[in-house]
Amino acid sequence: MTDSGNNGTPLLDELEKGPWPSFVTEIKSMAADNKMCQDLLGQLEKSYREKRGYWKHGGIVGVMGYGGGVIGRYSFLADEFPNVAHFHTFRINQPAGWFYTSDAIRTLCDIWERHGSGLTNMHGSTGDIVFLGTVTDEIEPTFKELSENDFDLGGSGSDMRTPSCCVGPARCEWACCDTLHLTYDLTMHFQDELHRPAFPYKFKIKCAGCPNDCVASCARADLSIIGTWRDEIQIDQAEVKAAVDGGLNIHRDIYANCPTRCIEWDGHELKIDNANCVRCMHCINAMPKALRPGKDRGATILVGSKAPIVEGALLSSVLVPFMKLEPPYEELKGLIERIWDVWGEHGKARERVGEFIQRVGLGNFLEAIELEPLPEMIAHPRENPYVFYEEYYEEGDEDEEEEE
Amino acid sequence: MATDRRTDIGPPNYERFLPPIIKSNYGKWKYHEVLKPGVMVHVGESGDKLFTVRAGSPRLLSIKTLRRFADLADKYSGGHLRFTSRHNVEFLLTDASRIEPLIEELSRLGFPVGGIGNAISSIVHTQGWVHCHAAATDASGIVKAVMDDLYEYFTERKLPGKLRVALACCLNMCGAVHCSDIAILGVHRRPPRVEHENLNKLCEIPSVVASCPTAAIRPATVQGKPSVEVEENLCMFCGNCFSVCPAMPLADPLNDGLSIWVGGKVSNARTEPMFSKLAIPYLPNNPPRWPEVVAAVRNIVEVWAQGARKYERMGEFIARIGWPRFFKLTGIEFAKEHIDDFKHAGLTYKRSAQLRH
Repeated sequence: MTDSGNNGTPLLDELEKGPWPSFVTEIKSMAADNKMCQDLLGQLEKSYREKRGYWKHGGIVGVMGYGGGVIGRYSFLADEFPNVAHFHTFRINQPAGWFYTSDAIRTLCDIWERHGSGLTNMHGSTGDIVFLGTVTDEIEPTFKELSENDFDLGGSGSDMRTPSCCVGPARCEWACCDTLHLTYDLTMHFQDELHRPAFPYKFKIKCAGCPNDCVASCARADLSIIGTWRDEIQIDQAEVKAAVDGGLNIHRDIYANCPTRCIEWDGHELKIDNANCVRCMHCINAMPKALRPGKDRGATILVGSKAPIVEGALLSSVLVPFMKLEPPYEELKGLIERIWDVWGEHGKARERVGEFIQRVGLGNFLEAIELEPLPEMIAHPRENPYVFYEEYYEEGDEDEEEEE
Repeated sequence: MATDRRTDIGPPNYERFLPPIIKSNYGKWKYHEVLKPGVMVHVGESGDKLFTVRAGSPRLLSIKTLRRFADLADKYSGGHLRFTSRHNVEFLLTDASRIEPLIEELSRLGFPVGGIGNAISSIVHTQGWVHCHAAATDASGIVKAVMDDLYEYFTERKLPGKLRVALACCLNMCGAVHCSDIAILGVHRRPPRVEHENLNKLCEIPSVVASCPTAAIRPATVQGKPSVEVEENLCMFCGNCFSVCPAMPLADPLNDGLSIWVGGKVSNARTEPMFSKLAIPYLPNNPPRWPEVVAAVRNIVEVWAQGARKYERMGEFIARIGWPRFFKLTGIEFAKEHIDDFKHAGLTYKRSAQLRH
């Protein structure tokens, strides 16, 4: 009954042209062996022709005992394309840093060949391995095989979403915290929160090893962990000289791009006013052989970023200017739990923690999670005089302050 | 049955998958250099060298392609590979003489090597018509058409700085595209068509009413059935009502389309992270190759590539030249839609006489 068999896919075929690898070619490569992929092509061709999608709004499917990890998906065109009548998605928790062995990749492929479409995303936006498309009856058997091979599901719905991180100390000299270990540790510690949605809405955690933020944690994580240092940038003066000899113009390329102009070069020696350095990374990025982050390393913890829905997009803002991050990460875990307690109790349905903070005010939020207000948390103090003082004196009030 | 189920085991420990050279140099890398497009070397304090070869991918990968990647990893990188946060695949080599043969083999399979340094990296994107219920457009098809066009900027390093492009097929922005140098965003432009027949069966009316950030939805009895009505002039097409209630569909082939946003970044380098700002409110949804979107993106990239200073990201470039000049150089018409009218809109007005004339 499929469109693709009889009429072909003339519109999708246009997307097999050109040099960039084609998702259409990927789907077609499976279509000979897999009827789901044949009907996916047929439905997608129809979408291209009619300029609209044909997937229904979701549905409640999952594995026993979990509330997240499988996204239900059904087609409006079940009669025309019966093999994608169900086309559910698995989110599978990726190994931290997205490292694999060839054997692990083959294991995943074999499981998905037996149970689904054979199509994947490597990876979904949050970081999970995504298995695209299977039927309801295959969900529990797929999960069984995944867990037998040491893989578990990721998050979906109003739960802690699968934490993710940059490549970190595995392959980056700028990593100021062990992003992989921290991500793995938090994921294991909060398994219940990951699999069983109990929050007002989703909660994402992303860990970047340095302020370059290669996982975009400041833009799309409710809790953004961004590695940084608080001592002095390490300088190799001989390598600075070599970079200059190699054509680097320190005034134009480095000084003029330094946000606080805290770097100086007199032709012989590079000097950095570390007290005014804001750890932006530019000079280190531009001279990776000559400069390195300091040795007293940890992370800045920020809160609240999200995409627009519902009340507008937010970037994360500072909660803890500097935190040492050593296993077992008790300080960080305690902070996360206090945030969840307050937001879990007072947040509205579908209200991300960033929107919750906007509604109640950062000052009140800090009190509730037991953090002191600090000037590092703001771009500048308030510009309006509308202060919500919480107490006032009445004539004749006793002075309750202790006398010295 | 329940007793032999393994649950809550979490992901496999990443340490199982790290190559030996990474295990022995973990946290002890000294510096790195980009050797050529898509190839870099990390040098450890030990003197060990790790060569990374990065290839672009369509993100949607069949198990056949993944098995080919596994075979390549066995042949070239000791059975080890990884993926990046932008969907590229990376092979981790210890033998520099194997780099060129690997690149040749990847090219034969149709996977270009590049995307490192002053280049475009793969486009982060969403599911679109392949798998999403809320999509205003497809995702993978536009990405393919744009990357075909910008291919040279992936395989070479001739841009002033990094170029990060992202695509989301509706305002939910599953790809969190809102901090990208260029963001392509699917938009709806017709208010939800309320399915009064089904609404009370599928949805809780108070939740639907509460979902609207502009209070445009009211309870109403329509044709004798409890339902809602939408005050259409208050609708800003966010789609949040549809997210909580399938009887409020916004998708509409006549009105759905694309918008283009520019100048966002997430890195703290030089300037603080910034949101992308609206460049083009609406372009037609024109499958299979979206020529209007491809041309618009190329135009913005060329204006930046020709005008930006070394290291300057799109947003930094525009901050230096000013928005009026950005619109002039790109030839994009400035319109009422560019002026914010949501919360705190006044903060985006120009509040000084500092203007270029």
